[in-house]
Amino acid sequence: MMAQWASDICLFIGSFLLLTGAIGFIRFKDFYARIHACGITETLATAFILAGLLLRSDDALPQVKLVLILLFVLFSSPTASHALAKAAWNAGVRPRDSSGKRSIQLPPGER
Amino acid sequence: MLLVATAVALIRVRGLLASIMLTSVYGLLSASFFVTMDAVDVAFTEAAVGAGVSPLLLLLTVAIVGRKEAAPLRGRRALLPILLVTVTGALLIVGTFDMPHFGSADAPANHHVAPHYLQQSWDEIGIPNVVTSVLASYRAYDTLGEVLVIFTAGVAVILALAPPGQRGSARPARPSAEEHLGQHTILQVVSKLLIPFMLLFAFYVQFHGEYGPGGGFQAGVIFASGIILYGLLYGLPTVCRVIPPPVVEILAALGVLIYGLTGVISLLGGANYLDYSVLADDPVTAQHIGIIAIELGVGITVAAVIITIYYAFAARLLREED
Repeated sequence: MMAQWASDICLFIGSFLLLTGAIGFIRFKDFYARIHACGITETLATAFILAGLLLRSDDALPQVKLVLILLFVLFSSPTASHALAKAAWNAGVRPRDSSGKRSIQLPPGER
Repeated sequence: MLLVATAVALIRVRGLLASIMLTSVYGLLSASFFVTMDAVDVAFTEAAVGAGVSPLLLLLTVAIVGRKEAAPLRGRRALLPILLVTVTGALLIVGTFDMPHFGSADAPANHHVAPHYLQQSWDEIGIPNVVTSVLASYRAYDTLGEVLVIFTAGVAVILALAPPGQRGSARPARPSAEEHLGQHTILQVVSKLLIPFMLLFAFYVQFHGEYGPGGGFQAGVIFASGIILYGLLYGLPTVCRVIPPPVVEILAALGVLIYGLTGVISLLGGANYLDYSVLADDPVTAQHIGIIAIELGVGITVAAVIITIYYAFAARLLREED
C-alpha cells in the first residue's frame, strides 16, 4: 500500500516535470534556454517515472532492467543535451539575453 | 495519428536536416505503433534501423552533398510523379478495404499455415518466441532471401561509392597521432562507458532471441550502431584500426556462408535444405542448433554489412573533405 502511494507520487512528479519541460520548450525563445528546459527536466522526470514503475513491479527481473534503463538515461540524456549545445555553439548560435539581444560577441572571424 | 502528422510535416519541411530528423521521429513512432500491435520483434528492428541507423546514413549523405534541397521542379515534369504516387496510394487504400479487420477470426492469416506454426511451435521447436521459430525454422528460405538481399545491398553500396582502383569499402591512411582527441572529450568519455554495454546488449539480443524479442537482425543492427558511434566520435581511421574494413567485408560474406552451409549440412544429413531435424538425435535439440547457427549467420552478416555501408559513406566523406 505504501509502495503504491509512493509510486503514484513519483509518477505524478515525473509527469509534471515532463509537462513543465514541454511548456518551457515552447515558451522560451532562446536555443540554450530551450535545451535547459527540456534537458534538465527530462532527466529528472525520467528518473522519477522509472522510480515509480520500479516501486510498482514485484518481480526482480523487471526491476533490474528498469535500474539499467535508469542508469542508461542518466548517462545518455545529459550527454545528448551537451552534444546539442556544443553543436549549436560550434555552428555559431549565441545565447540571447532577456531583451532578445545577443550580448556575447562572437570571436572575430566568425559570423 | 501522429504518424500521419509526421508524414505531412516530412513533406512540407524544406531543409534536408529537418527531414532526416522527422524520418527518425517517424521510425520511432512506427516502432511504438508496432508495439501496440503486439509485433515486438518488428518494433525492435524498426526502432534500431528506422530511428537509428538509416537517419545516420542519411546524415552522412547530407554531409557529403550539402544540406540544401534542390529547387523544386515546376510544371510538367513534376506532374507525372505526383500522378503516379497518387494512383499508387489510392490503389493501396482501395486494397485495404478488402483486408480483414485486425485480429478478425476469418482472416487468411489465421487460416492458412499460421495456426500450425502457432500451435505446433512449442512441440516441434521448443522455444518460447514463436516469431523466431517461424522466421528461422519454418520460413528459413525467406529469411535466407532477406539475408542475401542485405548482403547484396552492402556489395552494391561498395560498388557505388568506392573510387576506381580501391578494393572494398574504405582504405583510409593510418590515423595521424590522436587527431580527434580533445574535440569531443565529454562525448568520447561517455561513449567509452556506454559502447561496451551496447555491444554486450547486442550479444544478449542475439542469443536471447529464442526466448524474448530479438534475434540476428536486431542484434546485428545494435552491434553495428555501437561501432558506428565509436567511428563518429573517434574518426574513421581510428575505427578502421579497431575493426579493419577487409575483416568486416569477409565477415559479411561469412555470415551468409554460415547460413547457407547449415542448409547444406542438413542436405548431407538426408533432409530437405534448411530442415534442421537431422542436426542432432533429438529433433527439438536439432531445431535449436539450427536456429542458433542461422541466427548467428544473420547477425554477423547484418552487423558487417551495416558497418561496411558506414565505412563506405564515411570514406567518401573523408575524400570530399580532402
